[in-house]
Amino acid sequence: MVTLTAPEALAPAATPAVLDLADAPVRELNQSLHNAVDGQSWTVTNPEGKHSLAVGINADVSVTVEGHAGYYAAGMHQKGDVTINGNAGVGLAENIMSGTVHVKGDASQSAAATGHGGLVVIDGNAGARCGISMKGVDIVVGGNIGHMSAFMAQAGRLVVCGDAGDALGDSIYEARIYVQGTVASLGADCIEKPLREEHLAELAELLAAAGRPDNPADFKRYGSARNLYHFHVDNSTAY
Amino acid sequence: MTITSIPAPAQTPAAAPANIAELGLRESATFDRATIADIQRAAATGVYDIRGWGAKRKVPHFDDLLFLGASMSRYPLEGYREKCDTDVVLGDRHASRPLHLQTPVTIAGMSFGALSANAKEALGRGASEVGTSTTTGDGGMTPEERGQSKHLVYQYLPSRYGMNPDDLRKADAIEIVLGQGAKPGGGGMLLGQKITERVAGMRTLPVGIDQRSASRHPDWTGPDDLEIKIGELREITDWKTPIYVKIGASRPYYDTALAVKSGADVVVVDGMQGGTAATQQVFIENVGIPTLAAIPQAVQALQELGVHRKVQLIVSGGIRTGADVAKAMALGADAVAIGTAALIALGDNDPRYAAEYAALGSAAGFYDDFQDGRDPAGITTQDPQLSSRLDPVAAGKRLANYLRVLTMEAQTIARACGKSHLHNLEPEDLVALTIEASAMARVPLAGTSWIPGVQGSF
Repeated sequence: MVTLTAPEALAPAATPAVLDLADAPVRELNQSLHNAVDGQSWTVTNPEGKHSLAVGINADVSVTVEGHAGYYAAGMHQKGDVTINGNAGVGLAENIMSGTVHVKGDASQSAAATGHGGLVVIDGNAGARCGISMKGVDIVVGGNIGHMSAFMAQAGRLVVCGDAGDALGDSIYEARIYVQGTVASLGADCIEKPLREEHLAELAELLAAAGRPDNPADFKRYGSARNLYHFHVDNSTAY
Repeated sequence: MTITSIPAPAQTPAAAPANIAELGLRESATFDRATIADIQRAAATGVYDIRGWGAKRKVPHFDDLLFLGASMSRYPLEGYREKCDTDVVLGDRHASRPLHLQTPVTIAGMSFGALSANAKEALGRGASEVGTSTTTGDGGMTPEERGQSKHLVYQYLPSRYGMNPDDLRKADAIEIVLGQGAKPGGGGMLLGQKITERVAGMRTLPVGIDQRSASRHPDWTGPDDLEIKIGELREITDWKTPIYVKIGASRPYYDTALAVKSGADVVVVDGMQGGTAATQQVFIENVGIPTLAAIPQAVQALQELGVHRKVQLIVSGGIRTGADVAKAMALGADAVAIGTAALIALGDNDPRYAAEYAALGSAAGFYDDFQDGRDPAGITTQDPQLSSRLDPVAAGKRLANYLRVLTMEAQTIARACGKSHLHNLEPEDLVALTIEASAMARVPLAGTSWIPGVQGSF
């Protein structure tokens, strides 16, 4: 039986409404969130890795998922906060526009892909292609990230407190990457850059926002060499 | 040397000597003048040719099919008297708000960036006037386009430039683009000279740099993932909005089947004659299969899955006339989409700019350097002076006229075949002029009951 309380009956900042996905379909969760008003909060129980949880949120609400989420959790997130007390599948917070998404466990591949804004925090590790084609989102990963992360990343910041896999930042545009651990290899046109004061400051801000204790001075910065911004015949073997 | 500094190559073969016949000169079929010019251009620049428009080589096409008008065994309808309906409903498989169009001729996806804002507005105006849809492109949705388009299909592309949930919710349909007929498997390349501040802002990239569009989606890798992705888009739009899946024609039987399996409401199949804003000529001319060959394969997949006419099929790639429309529908399409023809209707390659085309090393009817951003017609450019030449109201009227003609031409043919709706056209109404077209379209060679490759067709 669904234990959902009608959104209009909820006062802002009231006790979170509980939606048990053992009884209710994902459709009911998302429709409730799309009907929500600012200030409401929700607790989702028994997610059991279901896909498309809490996608398309467009109100300043708070959602806590008690367990593991499947593909595209918090996809196209626009306002408010989503916390996942578990792991997240492929495409976590894909195309996030603003707000925050926080995964307490690990995330699979393509986390925060094409994100335009907002903050995505992954306390554990992220798989391959983390931040692929990112367009302004900030991503903080407490652990490691897989290969081909930040491929064609256009804008935003990717912070990795652990290690990065192969081809980091391949074909990167104007996004900035900070890695505390080792980088297996850099992709085409991605280079290490000086870590100046302004970078230390923005890194400190990002780490603080993610609740991380790490020291900014321990990180290295990576970004675009901008050598491939125009097609150049002599670079044809660089891609 | 960057590609932007390479002089524009000649678009037409060099003129032949006036006394060529007297000299007994014979052009090589292998090394004809266009091929020679291509080799000379490559040798001079060291860069492959990037251009727009679409395939120029001759491949089996709708011209290789004929309709069997009614005589004794079929009963025709009166032209200009008896009704022949043209409307089509797209996307009623799962969505609560399917599109109901008055004509089955729609406008294919073309991006703001590749096209000027005035051109996009004109497409919206023309399409809306006749009750059909237009489609966004790689650059995202512009207010002008949304404002002028009664039915707007929002493309969900690998690049995800400008993608946002607000625009998703404003769309009348969402088209997930997996491929394009001009370049299946290939990404896009919008050269820096067209990247104005507005275009760059919409794509979150610096002004003036070449912008590569990815060839594959960043957050899914196959049909199983696509099914989940479609589920996510449905959830975001509360299951109101139809989901199209567009494929570039290369393996249309399997791709259509997998699109259906993934949950598509509509499958869009774009043949190799489909246009493009800019890609490598070698790609345009050598990758993909003709539209004519793609339709029967896609229809076969839909029929075998029991969803023909339930999952609608839109066909694009070289549609020019009402006869093309009618032939595509007779082969099993529910609707068609036009791109290059729509641009021509707006004023692309207009002879009144002959002198300016010549100055660019081209000619009216041949201009295809859409990537250069110097389009005299003001359509494939971001130059404010050039784009202001296109009056979106007048151009929209021209497009509406053209769409009406396409529709009326298709109706005329359908009535002659005894059909009271364009959707009642069927393969039995067609024959082929060539063995190749017969085999591809799976209709008999004219005057015979033979379809190459089909057993028992003698």
